[in-house]
Amino acid sequence: MSRNHVSATVNGDQVEFLCETGQTLLDALRDELRLTGTKEGCGTGDCGACSVMVDGRLVCSCLMLAVEAEGKAIETVEGMAKGEKLHPLQKKFIEHAALQCGICTPGFLIAARALLERNPDPTESEVRFWLAGNLCRCTGYQKIVEAVLDAGREMRGA
Amino acid sequence: MSTTLKYEEKQLKIVGTRPARPDGVDKVTGRARFGADYNLPGQLIGKALRSPHAHARIVSIDVSAALALPGVKAVVTRDDFAEMPDEMAPVGELMINFRDVTRNMMAREKVLYDGHPLAAVAATSESVARAALALIKVEYEVLPHVIDVVEAMRPDAPLLNENQYTQGVKPKPERPSNIAKRLEFGRGDVAAGFAQADVIVEREFNTKPVHQGYIEPQACLASYSADGQAELWTATQGQFVFRAQCAKVLQMDVSKIRVTPTEIGGGFGGKNNIYNEPLAIALSRKSNRPVKMVMTREEVFRATGPTPGANVRVKLGATRDGRITAAEAVLNFQAGAFPGSPVNQASMCAFTRYDLANVHVVGNDVVVNRPKVAAYRAPGAPIAVLGVESVIDEMAKKLGIDPIEFRLKNAAKEGTQTYYGPKLGPIGYVQTLEAARAHAHYRAPLGPNQGRGVATGFWFNIGNETTCSLNLQEDGSLTLLLGVIDVAGGSRASLSMMVAEELGIELDRVRPVIGDTSSLGFNFLTAGSRGTFAGGMAAVVAARNLIEKMRQRVAKVREVPVEAVAWKDGRAQPADASVAQFEPMTLTELARMGGKTGGTMAGHAEINAQGAGPGFGTHIVDVEVDRETGAVKILRYTVVQDVGKAIHPAYVEGQMQGGATQGIGWALNEEYVYGADGILQNPGFLDYRVPVASDLPHIDTVIVEVPNPNHPYGVRGCGEVPIIAPMAAIANAIENATGVRLTQQPFSPPRVLKALEGAGKAQG
Repeated sequence: MSRNHVSATVNGDQVEFLCETGQTLLDALRDELRLTGTKEGCGTGDCGACSVMVDGRLVCSCLMLAVEAEGKAIETVEGMAKGEKLHPLQKKFIEHAALQCGICTPGFLIAARALLERNPDPTESEVRFWLAGNLCRCTGYQKIVEAVLDAGREMRGA
Repeated sequence: MSTTLKYEEKQLKIVGTRPARPDGVDKVTGRARFGADYNLPGQLIGKALRSPHAHARIVSIDVSAALALPGVKAVVTRDDFAEMPDEMAPVGELMINFRDVTRNMMAREKVLYDGHPLAAVAATSESVARAALALIKVEYEVLPHVIDVVEAMRPDAPLLNENQYTQGVKPKPERPSNIAKRLEFGRGDVAAGFAQADVIVEREFNTKPVHQGYIEPQACLASYSADGQAELWTATQGQFVFRAQCAKVLQMDVSKIRVTPTEIGGGFGGKNNIYNEPLAIALSRKSNRPVKMVMTREEVFRATGPTPGANVRVKLGATRDGRITAAEAVLNFQAGAFPGSPVNQASMCAFTRYDLANVHVVGNDVVVNRPKVAAYRAPGAPIAVLGVESVIDEMAKKLGIDPIEFRLKNAAKEGTQTYYGPKLGPIGYVQTLEAARAHAHYRAPLGPNQGRGVATGFWFNIGNETTCSLNLQEDGSLTLLLGVIDVAGGSRASLSMMVAEELGIELDRVRPVIGDTSSLGFNFLTAGSRGTFAGGMAAVVAARNLIEKMRQRVAKVREVPVEAVAWKDGRAQPADASVAQFEPMTLTELARMGGKTGGTMAGHAEINAQGAGPGFGTHIVDVEVDRETGAVKILRYTVVQDVGKAIHPAYVEGQMQGGATQGIGWALNEEYVYGADGILQNPGFLDYRVPVASDLPHIDTVIVEVPNPNHPYGVRGCGEVPIIAPMAAIANAIENATGVRLTQQPFSPPRVLKALEGAGKAQG
């Protein structure tokens, strides 16, 4: 089976990889680029664990073909911290005990960052509805919502 | 011999605070490695072929075309695994029937449920593995199936196992049955008790199986070497139990399998059992290549353990002044394709919140053509409690007594005789009821179509075999090597906190690491809310063991008797100036001279922790029922729970909120939907709907601390209790809002609407 050549950027780095025609972006990230921070929980776009940004849009990477990433700018959890400095969301998730097992955490962080970029001062209800596409089975969401609201406050300098 | 350490009240510096979890940064940066994140050079991808039938005899399996496909390196079927005798065999603390284990991981004579594996392939890529599965030819003789527990109990039901005779019935039945076991618990005389009652309430309830719903599908990587050694990386709640089970079904020495537990993406009881692990090892053995197997979400739903569905009948009698005179229950639990539902635990949990003179509980463990059930957070208890707490609520209403007051009148306390064995020790049930009654939530006003419900839960909690090592490193920092898996709750944090507290040092000097099976002795599963209780006891034993060794070392170096050396505030000091005088020595000083003065020092614990403290919780919930759609909205939720001692209160709150949320999903949305063909119709998160953030309100928590006398810090365990009460609390709240009592879980919009319409017709 011949494989397809794809060029893209991932977290600002130029990357090239070969993928099967039916391979998802999620599988290419994990299996071809060995960026395993992005997780698969369902493979059907229902859990949000595989959330990444593609050209500034929040997408489930399990629902996008890897070949569609040609020329695109992809952002994953591995690119959230700047050097040794955690992103405020990463810091607040730890501070607020907003993660337990952690398998959903990369997806929540990517989705929450996308929210705060569009809406720096969301209400609790806006946070809950924005994150409704991300499943967490451990926390009951309470501490995740608190962490996102607190990260928003810090990022606004409020 | 078992270990218990008595509770000591003392000034605490670290226990009870909220430090960051040691696994936190790895989990927010994507560095944490879960089951599917492990890879080895040259690895193959393994996939399982699964039954499309609910019940069928396997006439033949032809794998020749699959093996001939380029890229396919190995295929395994029933012929690659040994027959196992039909007997209970020990695996650590568990007794397991390996006849069933080996048949669940790979069907032998029959497939018993939709999704039952019957072959597995290893190939150079996932796409080749999938293509190979399509080339395996299986001839089935399809048999009649049964998926409903009540139907399965009928004498004319299709039989899953023609050699299964109901245990617990005397004399031995003449005919085989799907009822694997009948259990009975009780005390007193229920007939006399009901005769004393002024009011009797009796109800029947039916619940559907629900899934643990961990977000990480099962994933493992196996590498078998030609010298007969195997390595396995897997997401598990018990690396030692997985090793023991794999060794048994693969007929290998336990010491020749090394299991490294990966970070685990949720388990809740669902990762207590092997599924793909022995298949991956067998495929690796056959192909001489590492083999990785990751389940799809559909495979997780079809073939891994849901909780049982059940049929439950509860009967309660009480006097007009609110004293329960008799309690009776029948619990018919689906076990799935093989015996072993948690009906035993459910039977014991059903009424144990109450001090009752006359109780009788019958439990039936029933096989049906569904996946074999696995543990799910307080296994079985929420199902029994839905029935009991609904009937308690109805009784309180009939008697005109406040539901919390009615529970208080009958509440179990220290010294209450249970109907299954022990007398209860010091417990905090009454305290949780009183805290709930005093909470502002309990008095807040309600609007139209809104209602409030209360329910309570009890869980035993357990201890068992637990190991850890505390290695004093040469710079005075410490590595805490744990046998206990941190299943998400944060036991790495809480166990390190207890060690730092014992040693009187800063928390960041202790680095916890979860050990593989070659690094420590046997350690039981993280189950039964034992992680912080038993793991904590082992950590304290190891810390005290290290302190003892350091005292001895100081005594030797300073040439004083060991009794003259005390460990205080992180250093060895003279116990009493009159006995001996010497310069105190810090941990760091001791570590640096360790090698020269007799070798490095380490504390160890290899214990069987006993004395787990029962946990009790009281939940309050407000709901609003939409009479047009039948939708139930959770408006407010409060969880009150006695945890003994919250070592890390934020993580305890997380358990209470997470457990309650799983219970809310169980109550309102979640269910396995089967067609008449016995095929699961909703094996995905779109149609099996777990709660999302926008479904839920703020979940308030109240931590009650009645110390467990058998733990050095008073820990009881807290993970399971919070899932028990929600279903019943929500049923009670819906009744309070609408006057209609729901007895068919889940209370989804169509069911609620039907119940409301039914009640309307009955009245009209």
